[in-house]
Amino acid sequence: MSMRNIGIVYRKELTEAVRDRRTVVSTILVPLLLFPVLSVGFAAMAVALVGKAKDEVPKVMLRGGADSPAVVEGLRKLDKIEIIPDAPNWKDQIINKEIRAAVEIPTGFQADVAAQKSDTVKIFNYEGEMKSEFATEKVEKYMKDYRDTVVKERLAAKNLPEAVLKPFEVKQENVAPPEKVSGAAFGGLIGYMVILLCMTGAMYPAMDLTAGEKERGTMETILSSPISRMHLVLGKFFLILTAALGTAALSVLSMGVSFSVLSHYAGQTGGGRAAAATFLLKLGPKAVFSVFFMALPVAVLFSATLMTIALFAKTYKEAQSYLTPMTFIVIIPAVAAMLPGVELTPKLSLIPILNVSLLCKELVTGTYHWNFITIIFLSTCVYAAAALFIAIKMFQRESVLFRS
Amino acid sequence: MIEARGLSKRFQDKKRGEIRAVDNVNFTCQPGKIYGLLGANGAGKTTTLRMLATILEPTDGTAIVCGYDVVEQPEKVRANVGFLSTATALYRRLTAQEFVEYFGRLNGLDEITLKKRVDGIFSRLDMNSFRDRRCDKLSTGMMQKTSIARTLVHDPPVMIFDEPTNGLDIMTARTITAFIRECRDNGKTVIFSTHIMSEVEKLCDTIGIIQSGKLLVEGSLGQLRDKYGEHELEEIFVKVVTPHYVAEEAN
Repeated sequence: MSMRNIGIVYRKELTEAVRDRRTVVSTILVPLLLFPVLSVGFAAMAVALVGKAKDEVPKVMLRGGADSPAVVEGLRKLDKIEIIPDAPNWKDQIINKEIRAAVEIPTGFQADVAAQKSDTVKIFNYEGEMKSEFATEKVEKYMKDYRDTVVKERLAAKNLPEAVLKPFEVKQENVAPPEKVSGAAFGGLIGYMVILLCMTGAMYPAMDLTAGEKERGTMETILSSPISRMHLVLGKFFLILTAALGTAALSVLSMGVSFSVLSHYAGQTGGGRAAAATFLLKLGPKAVFSVFFMALPVAVLFSATLMTIALFAKTYKEAQSYLTPMTFIVIIPAVAAMLPGVELTPKLSLIPILNVSLLCKELVTGTYHWNFITIIFLSTCVYAAAALFIAIKMFQRESVLFRS
Repeated sequence: MIEARGLSKRFQDKKRGEIRAVDNVNFTCQPGKIYGLLGANGAGKTTTLRMLATILEPTDGTAIVCGYDVVEQPEKVRANVGFLSTATALYRRLTAQEFVEYFGRLNGLDEITLKKRVDGIFSRLDMNSFRDRRCDKLSTGMMQKTSIARTLVHDPPVMIFDEPTNGLDIMTARTITAFIRECRDNGKTVIFSTHIMSEVEKLCDTIGIIQSGKLLVEGSLGQLRDKYGEHELEEIFVKVVTPHYVAEEAN
């Protein structure tokens, strides 16, 4: 094994990679910019949209209520709501977003309340439409407050304390430390991100260094040099691995920075995202190192597998059509690990990708199950070694290198 | 020196079954001489030369190149061979100098020797004006010179040229043929394949005519003229190849 030769190939591939616009975009620019653009941009847009929706004075149609003047008067006095009179096409008006909701007060409502008879006030809205739901909330809150007032009056009339309705309280209290709480909520995301980005980072160089080389006619040039095919494949492999890990590292870094910026930006409105930011800041070097340590054999597995598959292709385009479905094969177990309730078991710890994804979820919460860590690291190393072995073998097959 | 001993290569084709691309070929190329492998497209020239350059492995037989067996010691063989064909392209994102240096390093040259070699070759081939230009910005002539520099950087005693002038314009082709002559004059063993008769007539000391993977006849141009009673190489080639070609077409 000549490290010198592997190093020569690696340095040359690195020089070519940094000069290739497509590689730079896919392995450096996309992971660096994806999160700021997606998270900050999306959050800013969401905040702006929600703000705009809240600022609007929605039109709410009043149906009935002629014999319940106090309720109607209360509705009319509500802040930031415009009550408009009944019209026969009220449903269409809601659907066409001309009005945001309609409230139907049953006949004799106020009298029924006074007589302690039960009635139903209906609010009609456009489900899922934000502005309609805001209007509904306001009307509903008013009606519920009115109901509470009535209840209180009735209790007072009978000299009963309010505790009659609430004999005891039920409360939840968290005992897990905050980083474990946010880890359980967002931990799966880190593992998923690192795994997926190792894959996407490796994909482009894997195609460029194999099928791309065949397509450009340099495969025969390099095969005529005295370097052994094993050294050649290892030099290429290390470059693909660098791209995989580099992309994942840049993405996690970019995600951390984006979320911390977001926590300042979104403030009160982005509670979940702010928690994510706090969580990422709390991760610390130990958790990040643990995740990357576990991701290492996964990156080796991806790099070797993608390189082997791409080597079969004669052209870059053909390689793309082989590798694109691979993304789905990786996404499925990675997403499965994020599902609530899916936890590590001895059987699951042998399933590649899913096992590391599940383990990362534990690692970021600071839980280290050493038996699982050992099984998963070793089994992934075995899969990775097998993939690398196949890659080396494939590089020695003429039928693969000179496929026509 | 190159010595092919029963060199054979079979491929499996899904439609046509087993194909004998090269079938029991024997020949010898001497240092300071040019051996021309003449044949039509698909005759087996490229496969033969790829086996000599150890890019492909023989199915049967072997060849000894500079005392090394192509099957047993392929890396030693490659260290003693310069291989040039129109299929051996350049790394487009490297400069001409980086490209040549890369192959120098792969051939085990240390940095001091490499610098001396590269400077010498670039001056000799008049390449200094584009040594820092990326290969994708080079003209065809410049590309060919860079390829030549690559084959020379480790100063190999054996040169293998596979249809090196294929598709090139006349001026670039002349650069290549002049380079092949220079290799011979420097005492290198040279083998080259072509289907261009005039190149063979001008360059070769020994001519081997290959068809359907078989080496049909071998000798100097004078010997072939005497044997077949024809002056033009093209006529000789047609006389040699036609019976095999007709049989092949019938099959």
